[in-house]
Amino acid sequence: MDLPTLWFAIIALLWLGYLFLEGFDFGVGMLLPVLARDEAERRVMVNTIGPVWDGNEVWLLVAGGATFAAFPGWYASLFSAAYLPLLLFLVALIGRGVSFEYRGKVDSHRWRRTWDAIITGCSWVAALGIGLVLSWNVWGLPLDAGGDRAGGPFAAVTWPTLLGAVAIAGYAAVHGAVYTALKTEGELSARARGFAFQIAPLALTPLALLLVLVQLRSGSVWTWVPLGVVIAAVLAAADRLRAAREGQAFAALGVAVVGAVVTLFGALYPDVLPSTVDPSYSLTVAGAASSHYTLVVMSWVALFGTPAVLVYQGWTYWVFRKRIGVRHLPPVHVP
Amino acid sequence: MNTVDLARWQFGITTVYHFLMVPLTIGLAVLVAGMQTAWVRTGDVKYLRMTKFWGKLMLVNFAMGVVTGIVQEFQFGMSWSAYSRFVGDVFGAPLAMEGLVAFFVESTFLGLWIFGWDRLPKRVHLACAWAFSLATIASAYFILAANSWMQHPVGVELVDGRPRLTSIATVLGNSTALATVPHTIAGAFAVAGSFLVGIAGWHLWREHRASGSEVGDRAVWRASLRLGGWVGVVAFAALAVTGDVQGKLMFEQQPMKMAAAEALCRTEEPAGFSVFAVGDVSGPDCESVKSITVPALLSFLATGNATSEVKGVQDLVGEYRARYGTNFPDDPALGEFAGKPIDYVPDLPVTYWGFRLMIGLGALAFLGCAGALWVTRRGRVPDGRWFPVLALAAIAAPFLANGFGWVFTEMGRQPFIVAPNPSGVPGVWLLTAQGVSGLGASEVLTSLVVLTAIYGVLAAVEFALITRYARAGVGGVIAPARGSGDPDELAFAY
Ligand code: HDD
Ligand code: HEM
Ligand code: HEM
Repeated sequence: MDLPTLWFAIIALLWLGYLFLEGFDFGVGMLLPVLARDEAERRVMVNTIGPVWDGNEVWLLVAGGATFAAFPGWYASLFSAAYLPLLLFLVALIGRGVSFEYRGKVDSHRWRRTWDAIITGCSWVAALGIGLVLSWNVWGLPLDAGGDRAGGPFAAVTWPTLLGAVAIAGYAAVHGAVYTALKTEGELSARARGFAFQIAPLALTPLALLLVLVQLRSGSVWTWVPLGVVIAAVLAAADRLRAAREGQAFAALGVAVVGAVVTLFGALYPDVLPSTVDPSYSLTVAGAASSHYTLVVMSWVALFGTPAVLVYQGWTYWVFRKRIGVRHLPPVHVP
Repeated sequence: MNTVDLARWQFGITTVYHFLMVPLTIGLAVLVAGMQTAWVRTGDVKYLRMTKFWGKLMLVNFAMGVVTGIVQEFQFGMSWSAYSRFVGDVFGAPLAMEGLVAFFVESTFLGLWIFGWDRLPKRVHLACAWAFSLATIASAYFILAANSWMQHPVGVELVDGRPRLTSIATVLGNSTALATVPHTIAGAFAVAGSFLVGIAGWHLWREHRASGSEVGDRAVWRASLRLGGWVGVVAFAALAVTGDVQGKLMFEQQPMKMAAAEALCRTEEPAGFSVFAVGDVSGPDCESVKSITVPALLSFLATGNATSEVKGVQDLVGEYRARYGTNFPDDPALGEFAGKPIDYVPDLPVTYWGFRLMIGLGALAFLGCAGALWVTRRGRVPDGRWFPVLALAAIAAPFLANGFGWVFTEMGRQPFIVAPNPSGVPGVWLLTAQGVSGLGASEVLTSLVVLTAIYGVLAAVEFALITRYARAGVGGVIAPARGSGDPDELAFAY
């Protein structure tokens, strides 16, 4: 594999890490008003992601940084062409980030309900927003010869790309419910499990549709394989949920995300960002890559950096592996 | 306003805002890790209480640092896409390293530190605090290396009109970065020092007035105040030394910025440094408005030699025109700038006053810290109301000094986004107007309004929370030992 292709794969891997990890913390936020019955349960849910959400978000930052370093043109064209959706997404991340930290800082019902509403609203917007950006990337943007967007801010809005937004939000909802089932105990856990099982068929359909559409449009023969893996993994997850094995269901969903990301990026290759104006304007892996030297430098950094990240993030999940229940919550103590 | 102006305002507003949180996080992170180390080593509960109190304030601030940083990460691509394409081969690498090496460590170990008080052995937990605080410094290093490359592009060759990286070691070891990093870190400690002095001074005075209050807390406040005072004093000394180094580099690398720092209209030998000016420093006869000029100080700052020549703006403009051209290229992508003459003079009132306010407000913070150490020497506490008022007001000075330092550095670089380097690789420079994205002004205006409005609201929320927690003191922040008695009860939960 040549270096640009390796870096294309690494960026796909970073997206994978991001969608898998932040997927469930989006889901927890999205489902806060649905799964939790009272303040204590909402607090439990927020605390299941408390120690990890920021670490999860960094996967996106590194995906962005790595894209900038390895494919500057991709970074520049995607983020300027998707300006307003990206702005909406960033605003949603701002809202979520401060809410987790601030919701428990004042002991007032109104204060907490306000931040809860922000968590939920922003989690929905963020999941839809990142889905839109991802599907725009895969589906293509109206780029001119210079890599700038031809047409207005929403020139790229088409049915398949909107489907992409819903697909990621639907997946995040299921993933978040399974995570809640896995990380909490008692009634809340059982409720989350039941809910995940109920919504899964409806919530995961858009993702399946998106993958099939992308596959039909630009897939290779081999990308049918990961697509098949997605379907099999989702069915397995449903089966494991029914058996009340949340851990296995969660792992199966993880496999499904792997399959989905491989399908999407596999279908994208050898483009990194297709142009819908003229295929010859598309940014390609070979054409948009940084110089050989830069990629060599970045490869060394990634070679040592990535395993370390996996080890200490894995360790965090191990440290906080216990399920949380209402009985574990310390009393509220704030000035 | 055109897209360039809007994008500049947006970048300026969002970065200066980000840099309100950044220095406080960096400074407090290291100080809190130090406090926790003192507790682990001595077992003195006073240090534990300090760790928890200041740690809590740091966390309220940290959340805002994170969310405003995320915006920065994407802004290069969103509104400076031509710039991103131009510099990508060089500039993306430190940014990616920052994420991979610093942000992952920062976010993961902070999570472990916040939630790990009862889950981790004492020393492992302490190690998490250090991992986090060292990562904040690492992140500063990488992003400043990226920024320094814009001030002084090195380690590249020009291929097809674009810089191509030839040596990452040269980029990471850029002389500009090696001077900027200690200066900026020292600025962060100046902020944290004054923060400790202000809040601890207020509490100390209050408890002193209403005697009979808990003696334990008084020890916390006194120790915090003394620590903050010393940190502030030393930080200022470090700022002066590193600032002097930066001045010499700036003179070599960006002579126009040096002239702009003094709004020096004509070449002088030796050149003086005016303390302030009354009137418009950008007028054709700028000397007439300046007051209290210290002779030869600018020459000394620029070269270390008090008799040397410093070029003035009017002479430099000629040199810049000869080197970098008189007009923008006639390229339709440049919109209204195409073919127009290039104005090589930065906004002189901004650079002149930015430079003075940076130094002046820093000196004020220094006086505050030194004064607080003096009046609280050997167990004393002043009785007068002036003490807490001054202590609290002084918190603002180093925050503002940092902001002005950045405004000076970045505005002094104009009209370039990548500043040309008289002694470096020929041809590696980019004008700010050439760096902007090919977007309509309305999109950038939308984001400018939205982000400014949200940041405004969040500033009010953060200020209110910090004030509330700072007032509440140690008892208000540290929870009593146990609640329900469940053996698995969490030591901390959101
Ligand atoms: C001198 C230091 C410094 C400077 C100049 C900047 N930052 Fe910053 N940044 C930090 C020092 C820092 C930090 C100390 O590491 C922060 C601040 C508070 C915090 O929470 O972490 C941070 C947070 C932070 C985050 C969130 C990290 C997370 O999720 O944990 C991002 C994405 C950025 N920054 C990106 C940027 C970019 C793209 C900048 C350039 C315009 C920038 N920062 C300027
Ligand atoms: C956190 C500290 C920083 C502050 C407070 C700051 C401040 C500013 C200000 C005030 C401007 C507007 C200048 C103008 O419009 O004339 C600006 C522009 C800019 N800065 Fe910085 N800056 C900081 C760090 C950085 C870093 C670390 C980078 C790069 C890694 C950077 C890159 C830029 C860019 C690309 C622009 C826009 C183009 C321009 O106007 O020159 N800045 N910054
Ligand atoms: C005592 C005298 C000081 C001197 C001589 C000095 C000198 C300088 C110089 C020459 C620069 C510009 C570097 C460049 O653009 O190439 C600078 C930037 C800066 N200064 Fe200072 N400074 C002083 C005090 C302070 C203080 C007290 C603070 C804050 C508390 C501060 C914060 C900054 C910041 C944040 C920057 C922008 C980042 C950078 O380029 O490092 N400085 N300073």
